[in-house]
Amino acid sequence: MNATSFENPNALNTSGESAFPAVMPSNRLLQAYLTEARFESLRMLRVLGFSLPFLILPVALYLLFGVVLFGDAVRNDLATGKFLFIAFALFGVMGPGMFGFGATIATEREQGLLTLKRALPAPAGSYLLAKLLMTVLFAFIVMATMIPAALLLGHLPLTFTQCVSVTAISMIGSLPFCAIGLFVGTRVSGKAAVALVNLIYVPMMHISGLFYPLPKFLRTVSPVWPTYHLQQLLFAAVGAPFYGKSSMHVAVLVGVTVVLTMLSIRRLARVG
Amino acid sequence: MSNEFWAQLRGVKKRFGKTVALDGLDLQVRPGELFSVLGPNGAGKSTAVSLMLGLLRPEQGEARLFGRSPLLVEPRRQVGVMMQEVTLAPELRVLEHIALVASYYPQPLTPAATMELTNVSSLAARPFGKLSAGQKRQVQFAMAVCGRPKLLFLDEPSVGLDVRARQMMWSTLRQLVRSGTSVVLTTHYLEEAESLSNRVAVLNKGRLIASGTVNEIRALVVRKHITCSTALAMDQIAAWPDVESVTRDHQRLQISTSNSEAVVRRLLAADSNLEELEVRRAGLAEAFTELTEEAA
Repeated sequence: MNATSFENPNALNTSGESAFPAVMPSNRLLQAYLTEARFESLRMLRVLGFSLPFLILPVALYLLFGVVLFGDAVRNDLATGKFLFIAFALFGVMGPGMFGFGATIATEREQGLLTLKRALPAPAGSYLLAKLLMTVLFAFIVMATMIPAALLLGHLPLTFTQCVSVTAISMIGSLPFCAIGLFVGTRVSGKAAVALVNLIYVPMMHISGLFYPLPKFLRTVSPVWPTYHLQQLLFAAVGAPFYGKSSMHVAVLVGVTVVLTMLSIRRLARVG
Repeated sequence: MSNEFWAQLRGVKKRFGKTVALDGLDLQVRPGELFSVLGPNGAGKSTAVSLMLGLLRPEQGEARLFGRSPLLVEPRRQVGVMMQEVTLAPELRVLEHIALVASYYPQPLTPAATMELTNVSSLAARPFGKLSAGQKRQVQFAMAVCGRPKLLFLDEPSVGLDVRARQMMWSTLRQLVRSGTSVVLTTHYLEEAESLSNRVAVLNKGRLIASGTVNEIRALVVRKHITCSTALAMDQIAAWPDVESVTRDHQRLQISTSNSEAVVRRLLAADSNLEELEVRRAGLAEAFTELTEEAA
């Protein structure tokens, strides 16, 4: 036992007025939000089973299909090149939100972590906000690897503005996937959440027309998937042909995010 | 309500389905005391603490933390918590866990000072998931004190600790109480409550069955133990009035009685060679068993 820490009268004095005010200065409050986000991101980056598939796989698969296997064909067909670029970027943007929110919230709820956070004076919403920022950071890293790969190896002629806008749209576009994950994560157990998220993730990736043109009967239902709408917005951002109106796609994505988030927060407040 | 009590339950009722967890419970935690909440499994200890922390809401009655609703974040900024059943992120290092919790408080200790105070400095860079069960408890204790809370809630803090780590935690707790912190301790470990507490509350079936200082609780049990080395026969002593039981432990006899003075007088009169006479009051553990059995 090191006794020196007790010799400083301020170190442990909890009875004096100076230690009493429970008011949190706004800079400390902001710091609390940032600390939570920093450690959440750090922790998810350290879970290699989470970070490797979502950070390495998109760019690796893009390089495999867009450069190694079909590089020559893509060079003569810009539209296909952009299609593949957007496909693998979206693949990277979907995962962290759905799994990082869905499965981890369900598990952490079971493990008592949410209860501890509620007992501690964690600032309102810091836990969810940290996961959200983690997802946005992951989306940023995906684009930060995808764009140089596309410019240097994929020979895609993207302008600076196009690069900035696909990155921004991807980062903001990860939010509806967070909302889906959150919705699942607040309703089922940890193990069920992984299975259920997969059950949504895999079909959403394949039958929304992300990786290949769909047969006609599937094309009519693809607008039910948020991926379809984000894909159209990203096509528009890189100057590729796209369906529908941008405002409509934005409205669908915002709607999905708001409705699912509200339902989840209500559930969290009631059940914990 | 003033800040006379730092945490308080008033006439609290709480049910889970058809099970009554708390049945009109009153509890008060005063400034600068170490208050132990004891009771058998299912007595309502955790429910009582959860209500004080705002994790549950009472059906009747009210819970107060520093005179305010425990659902508010402000009173909780003066509270530190160590829970029993919680799994923390295994990938984060000890220092990071402490820094995160410290960030929630207005004027925390630095992580380094926290680790020094709780003897976990050597674990600073270790990922939480690689710690032993006892080390995890020590780190959770560090997380509970890092915000310099006025009131600490500790749920079974020393489970899994070795003797040395337990003694260190107790010593830190005593220092904290001396500097004005209040501690609410729930424990199965009666020796812990006996050694640390200023005040004890014994719960059973959601009701308060006894509360007071450790000595007051022990005094509720009138039985005392006499041990001595004597040539007298066991069954002879067992037949005396007021003698509840007689057992032999090696060469010494152990006599339980509710009237130790009379029995000692008679022992000394009957055996002039009697040696190693010792009279002691029932311990907290015994008082606890008796109280909860009576109430059952």
